[in-house]
Amino acid sequence: MKKRYFILAAYLVLIMLPIYWMLNMSLRTNADIMARLVFIPTEITFDNYITIFTDSAWYSGYINSIIYVVLNTIICLVTALPAAYAFSRYSFIGDKHVFFWLLTNRMAPAAVFLLPFFQLYSTFNLIDTHIAVALAHCLFNLPLTVWILEGFISGVPREIDETAFIDGYKFPRFFFFVFIPLIRSGIGVAAFFCFMFSWVELLFARTLTTTAAKPIAATMTRTVSSSGLDWGLLAAAGFLTIVPGALVIWFVRNYLAKGFALGRV
Amino acid sequence: MKKWQDNKGWLFILPVFIIVAFSAIIPLMTVVNYSIQDIFGPGQRIFVGTEWFKETLTDPRLHEALWRQLLFSGLVLLIEMPLGIAIALTMPTKKGLGSSVCLVLIALPLLIPWNVIGTIWIIFTRPDIGLMGAFINNMGITFDHTASGLHAWITLMLMEVWHWTPLVILLAYAGLRSIPEAYYQAARIDGASAWAIFKYIQLPKMRGVLTIALLLRFMDSFLIYAEPFVLTGGGPGNATTFLSIYLVKIAVGQFDLGPAGAFSLIYFLIVLLFCYLFYQVLLNVGKGESS
Repeated sequence: MKKRYFILAAYLVLIMLPIYWMLNMSLRTNADIMARLVFIPTEITFDNYITIFTDSAWYSGYINSIIYVVLNTIICLVTALPAAYAFSRYSFIGDKHVFFWLLTNRMAPAAVFLLPFFQLYSTFNLIDTHIAVALAHCLFNLPLTVWILEGFISGVPREIDETAFIDGYKFPRFFFFVFIPLIRSGIGVAAFFCFMFSWVELLFARTLTTTAAKPIAATMTRTVSSSGLDWGLLAAAGFLTIVPGALVIWFVRNYLAKGFALGRV
Repeated sequence: MKKWQDNKGWLFILPVFIIVAFSAIIPLMTVVNYSIQDIFGPGQRIFVGTEWFKETLTDPRLHEALWRQLLFSGLVLLIEMPLGIAIALTMPTKKGLGSSVCLVLIALPLLIPWNVIGTIWIIFTRPDIGLMGAFINNMGITFDHTASGLHAWITLMLMEVWHWTPLVILLAYAGLRSIPEAYYQAARIDGASAWAIFKYIQLPKMRGVLTIALLLRFMDSFLIYAEPFVLTGGGPGNATTFLSIYLVKIAVGQFDLGPAGAFSLIYFLIVLLFCYLFYQVLLNVGKGESS
């Protein structure tokens, strides 16, 4: 028992080291970073963070990213819930093929699809809008959401549906007031994965935006090349990208801890 | 579980189908279009048939990139899957602050944008300002991932394991938590060893989540781009030029859309083939013992 927690603690320390190192750098000036190597910074400065929070070129990046990530999560959940229900409960023509086809959309190398994507979204006048990035991210998030929700829904016995229909529930009322509360934790977990994969993706987000919806990750790469590598500022911006994700995982931790099996085991 | 036979299921999946088809089928057809034409500029293109496919399939640099990619993904799966399951087994079983904090800390690397991951590892491993780089060099070993291919591989593998093992841990942990306590009680009464519990209860019950974990890990590691691009840029030399990096060199660097189109279709088919095989195997493995 003791040995077990020792392994866990060692692992946690190891994965926190790179993140700690970034935090450490973000609290120091560039001159200090280049001059010496200190594990615990002595001359702490918040200048890097102040720069980010006062310069709209920086903080608008965070706002843009959050807008399209939230949009993406909402689109995915709203459309995937009925689809996952259908895959779990009904058998219909081509159901298994469509189910696997959905996941194949995660398997295409994004790099070459960027130009066609750009052309497609230009045709619809969607370039540099948040909804464009949200829709593009559906390509890999929607299949995953359907797969996760399908796993959760298959864990709910079908007798519940049947009993509700016998009790006189119409389908929409049953779905919204009986069924969705039952798979609450599934929705939480699916939302977490949507948020995660949309937040960390860069290629699509950078290609489909120029200024008005530019994500923070793209802002970082450009500023680095123009200002000649300001390590402290870069580290501060990087550290701030972790914060929204950390909040989301805090909210869904209980759903993860409750456990899920996914799939018909 | 027997399902209702009903084609109105299609109505339910229609929104998903339309959104995914919009972003998937039209761009895919455009890429197919590229792959059979030689494009000089807007409006100037000639039909070349399967020439790009032949050229791509015989390109020795592509073969090298493919072997590198297979080695990389193979190592990733071999390290991350067992490690992830092992760490998940060490996590606290009781709900409380301990398990909450563990979950949040473990998930952190997953929630960092991919190019920032590269940045983190640059500042972590640089010999002058990086904690790890400086530490290793101070021990008297020259470690520089920009100079040695082997060091670049080690750094990349460390980064990859650091970055993605948490996904396996989270999924495996959730799978473990879904096992009812009664199973463990029964195992205790039978006097089962820890290994027997793992083999006959925990592993079969985790099959669903591990299938997803394996598929996601395979796909994402096989398509890896942003992190090695930021960290090593495919170098030193060609030591870490994986398929995606090579593909982007052709498509964006040289703007050879025809070969790039053919390349990405072949690439896509390779990923598809592997995933299909994994999926079929995992769907059928252990079916007899768990049900």
